Amino acid sequence: MDRYLNIEQAGMIFETRNGAFTALRDINLTIQKGEFVTLIGHSGCGKSTLLNLIAGLTTPTTGYLFLSERQIVGPGPDRGVVFQNHSLLPWLTCFDNIHLAVERVFAETESKAQLRERTQRALELVGLATAAEKRPHEISGGMKQRVGIARALAMEPKVLLMDEPFGALDALTRARLQDELMRIVTATGSTVVMVTHDVDEAVLLADRVVMMTNGPAATIGEILHVDLPRPRERLAMASNPQYLAARKAVLEFLYQKQLKAA
Amino acid sequence: MIPAPSPTIPVTAEPAPAGRAIATVVAHTAAPTRNAATEQAAANLRIAVRRRGEIAARVAAPLLGLVVFLTIWAAIAQMGTIPGPAKTWEAAKVVFSDPFYKNGPNDQGIAWKIGGSLSRVGIGFGLAALVGIPLGFMIGRFLFLRNMFEPVISLLRPVSPLAWLPIGLLVFKGADPAAIWTIFISSIWPMVINTAVGVQRIPQDYLNVARVLKLSEWKVFSKILFPAVLPYMLTGVRLSIGIAWLVIVAAEMLTGGVGIGFWVWDEWNNLKVENIIIAIFVIGVIGLLLEYSLLLLAKRWQYD
Ligand SMILES: Nc1ncnc2c1ncn2[C@@H]1O[C@H](COP(=O)(O)OP(=O)(O)OP(=O)(O)O)[C@@H](O)[C@H]1O
Ligand SMILES: [Mg+2]
Repeated sequence: MDRYLNIEQAGMIFETRNGAFTALRDINLTIQKGEFVTLIGHSGCGKSTLLNLIAGLTTPTTGYLFLSERQIVGPGPDRGVVFQNHSLLPWLTCFDNIHLAVERVFAETESKAQLRERTQRALELVGLATAAEKRPHEISGGMKQRVGIARALAMEPKVLLMDEPFGALDALTRARLQDELMRIVTATGSTVVMVTHDVDEAVLLADRVVMMTNGPAATIGEILHVDLPRPRERLAMASNPQYLAARKAVLEFLYQKQLKAA
Repeated sequence: MIPAPSPTIPVTAEPAPAGRAIATVVAHTAAPTRNAATEQAAANLRIAVRRRGEIAARVAAPLLGLVVFLTIWAAIAQMGTIPGPAKTWEAAKVVFSDPFYKNGPNDQGIAWKIGGSLSRVGIGFGLAALVGIPLGFMIGRFLFLRNMFEPVISLLRPVSPLAWLPIGLLVFKGADPAAIWTIFISSIWPMVINTAVGVQRIPQDYLNVARVLKLSEWKVFSKILFPAVLPYMLTGVRLSIGIAWLVIVAAEMLTGGVGIGFWVWDEWNNLKVENIIIAIFVIGVIGLLLEYSLLLLAKRWQYD
């Protein structure tokens, strides 16, 4: 009934030099408003491809995608994207990077002062108010990733799409940003689709973990509901039987059922 | 760090195996401070010495190069055909003593000559930038235009600059416009090509940002395309100015007028070889300054 983001029979075939390559087939997924979904699967199975389909950056060769009952035909600011490698514009300050997005979405309805305030709030949300006037190359990898998240969040998108946002970070920074993300998402009630390689991350953050089979012609293998209450305490989870069971289920899927046929 | 022990460090301060005499233990606790202080002093000294060495190398090496150059020049001058450094220096003092004199249209001071050449280069290069940079953007952005222009560019680019001069003389019926035309057509290519390459090399990520935000064409240009291409463009500009400065001397030799190139030719006819050498130095120094100022400019626009 609450079909917010809806993917029906989506498939993706790339035209390559060696002929057609089927990356994805028969993807069916319905995501509810406010849900946090993580996508996990072995490298090269097509997670980014699926996320790009939702973002509208690529068009499926078969099937359809809908966002609140309207077909997705191209990218748009209603789907904020946090790219795998932050994609901040190096010639703009952190503030200006976010402001570019804020301006685009809210310039018609809000005053200049309001727009600046919005940008400032987005920076504060990720704890980077002091880095506003710094250029991306002057801040750390973790900070860049946070600016990227702030940029996506500041657009107040219907759906937040994240492609391994913490993939390039060390374990400590990663843990801190995960906590921060959970807090922000709880506060804003965002709908999130996040690609990850990391089993713990997938389970800790998600309401549902979508596990993908190996490519080529990858599809959704299993979907795991994670019914742990929120807020989830990282330390408590380490010994929570339900959490451990969920974690084990994902590991089994990845390393028994989908073991790479090398 | 250099492992050699300094004489001020007591032998007892060296790490002793556990279970030795008590005296060693005492030395052990006392030594680190002294050790650290002397180490620090030694390190400072080493840094100072190394820095002085670096400075010396940076100043001495070029100086040495210059001396070697002057010596070879003087030695060649001994053979009698070209004037040596001393004679050239005397001539230079005369040339630069009154740089702004004007004795009629063709006999003017060195400053006017330089000014004349620079203004031709400026106009020719400026026009080339005005045409070449937008053309580069369009070629880089639209595949059709790229395919359309590529054969023409590949054909025209390798043409020797002076081959364009007769066409200029024919069409513009004047020496100055012909020289400017030659500068224009020979310096336009690096700007077109580098700008186009810059546009093509814009990371897909940045363009995806633009697509997700659905930015207007103007925003895409001003916030993404232009800043991303700027470093490439400036490289093109630098190459172009270099070419323009190379070409102007040759072009002026053929077209005449007030300029550094024609001066070289004029002094050849007068057989005042020391002035030719002065002209060569002036051309070199100005070329160097142009190159260097553009490098400085380019550095300002480097993002990381
Ligand atoms: N534009 C493209 N053209 C051709 N093949 C592509 C294209 N994009 C992706 N593929 C192929 O589709 C498959 C899935 O790629 P995708 O980038 O979605 O994987 P992924 O699951 O995100 O991998 P990773 O975890 O390493 O990021 C890969 O085999 C890849 O080679
Ligand atoms: Mg990927």
